[in-house]
Amino acid sequence: MRACGTVHKYGDNVDTDVIIPARYLNSSDPAELAKSCMEDIDKDFVNRVKPGDIMVANKNFGCGSSREHAPIAIKASGISCVIAETFARIFYRNAINIGLPIIECPEAAKAIEAGDTVEIDFDSGMIYDKTKGLEFKGQAFPPFMQEIIKSGGLIARINAKN
Amino acid sequence: MGMTMTQKILAAHAGLESVSAGQLIEADLDLVLANDVTAPVAIHEMEKFNKKEVFDKDKVALVMDHFTPNKDIKSAEHCKCVREFSKDYDITNFFDVGAMGIEHALLPEKGLIVAGETCIGADSHTCTYGALGAFSTGVGSTDMAAGMVTGKAWFKVPSAIKFNIVGEKAKWVSGKDVILHIIGMIGVDGALYRSMEFVGEGIKNLTMDDRFTIANMAIEAGAKNGIFPVDELTEEYMKEHSTKAYTKYEADADAEYDEEYTIDLSTLKPTVAFPHLPENTKTIDEVGDIKIDQVVIGSCTNGRISDMRIAAEIMKDRHAADGVRVIVIPGTQDVYLQMLNEGLTEIFIKAGAIVSTPTCGPCLGGHMGVMAAGEKAVSTTNRNFVGRMGHVDSEVYLASPAVAAASAITGKISCPCELGL
Repeated sequence: MRACGTVHKYGDNVDTDVIIPARYLNSSDPAELAKSCMEDIDKDFVNRVKPGDIMVANKNFGCGSSREHAPIAIKASGISCVIAETFARIFYRNAINIGLPIIECPEAAKAIEAGDTVEIDFDSGMIYDKTKGLEFKGQAFPPFMQEIIKSGGLIARINAKN
Repeated sequence: MGMTMTQKILAAHAGLESVSAGQLIEADLDLVLANDVTAPVAIHEMEKFNKKEVFDKDKVALVMDHFTPNKDIKSAEHCKCVREFSKDYDITNFFDVGAMGIEHALLPEKGLIVAGETCIGADSHTCTYGALGAFSTGVGSTDMAAGMVTGKAWFKVPSAIKFNIVGEKAKWVSGKDVILHIIGMIGVDGALYRSMEFVGEGIKNLTMDDRFTIANMAIEAGAKNGIFPVDELTEEYMKEHSTKAYTKYEADADAEYDEEYTIDLSTLKPTVAFPHLPENTKTIDEVGDIKIDQVVIGSCTNGRISDMRIAAEIMKDRHAADGVRVIVIPGTQDVYLQMLNEGLTEIFIKAGAIVSTPTCGPCLGGHMGVMAAGEKAVSTTNRNFVGRMGHVDSEVYLASPAVAAASAITGKISCPCELGL
């Protein structure tokens, strides 16, 4: 599986309140959440984002609230993968559980810039910045998480086991 | 190699003799929690399960606290969904308006969680129950749904940072100042993926409410959990609030920690976190002249009776400054009643404050105190991110109930000592 798209770049500590402000949490519909994705940090994101695009950020992406609405909004906005130096732990779990691919790769997160075209090979964890001609090796998921992803998410895995 | 306190609880719940940092385990859960924002997503996920029943109707808690009493039609629909689910599945611990409180103030008070237990909650501040010597951590709605059906959750066993607490707090220094100081020191990702274990002779000088506040904000340093040892105060609290049997765990003497810090309570000053991160801390003497428009006293961090008592002590026979809106929110119905019985509600109202029914409300910019562009609030809540309490150009300064109450009177961020207290 591969993803390829244009990069939307953010800094450190992007919190779940700016990913999807609480004033929109009275909805749990992915399409509706997507309309307000990143609104408090990047108003124009929803107009710029195209299906398959990639989000890149620095450290502690997704910190703050446990709202699963955050990865749901990002996924529903069309983003195919988030690359960051590090992720906040609840966001990390939530992204895997809902099937939003995420990769920790400090080198890639630092070097890749907004507007770059980036391709990701999920099987190898390789990240290619086609604009800059650079490549990075992202952290592969531990086997336990690969099992969840291969099953099609946490619930599918539990259903398969029972 | 020895285990940390967290690792011991996890090992016991995974049926293992021992565990070590990095190990992936599946642990039994004693409590699974969600609120009116996260439960509807989990209930929707439940529909995908082959098995459509909860693992134990007594071990699921659903608390309607975020947008309640409902602020709009969509929130009302969410609560209706959870209400119907609770009825269909015969959930014992469903807390609706009239019985509810802010979840992390409510659950310990109701005795639903005790030392040695494990809890996951679809709310990031679930880490609060570490104050009781339990392992508790925030998760998302899918994890919550899975926990509700299976009674289990997978965890990567965390390593830990040890905070050795010594000394005694000065007047007007509280648990809030302790945790803001620590977050300022290690940063908002300083404990990422790890446990924060608090130990030391100074723990006895922290009240249970101080400990709830400290454990509550472990997530603001990125931690998986924050945890306190069980001492006489903890046992007293649990005996007063719960009939459940509890288990005391202690870290092994040879447990390994990634880092160790000593926190001398006697050196701490009232501390304020500036916008827009909890790590942007300054002590009260470094704050400068910052005029405010709003004060919020409440939340899962500081909505307990001792918080209300401190704020009332400062506001008694004084009045809020012109142009400052003061919103006091008791954490639970019991706190609300106690405030009435002790005359605190009257003190607040006479001081020009409003006293609300329990709700998370303004903490996350939901309702009951949303701010306009350019406005500033001193708040006893836990997050001061961009737009957290309303407009993206509004600002939240995090502080203790003492600083919030004093600021309400002066109209700028202030220490109670500025009032001659």
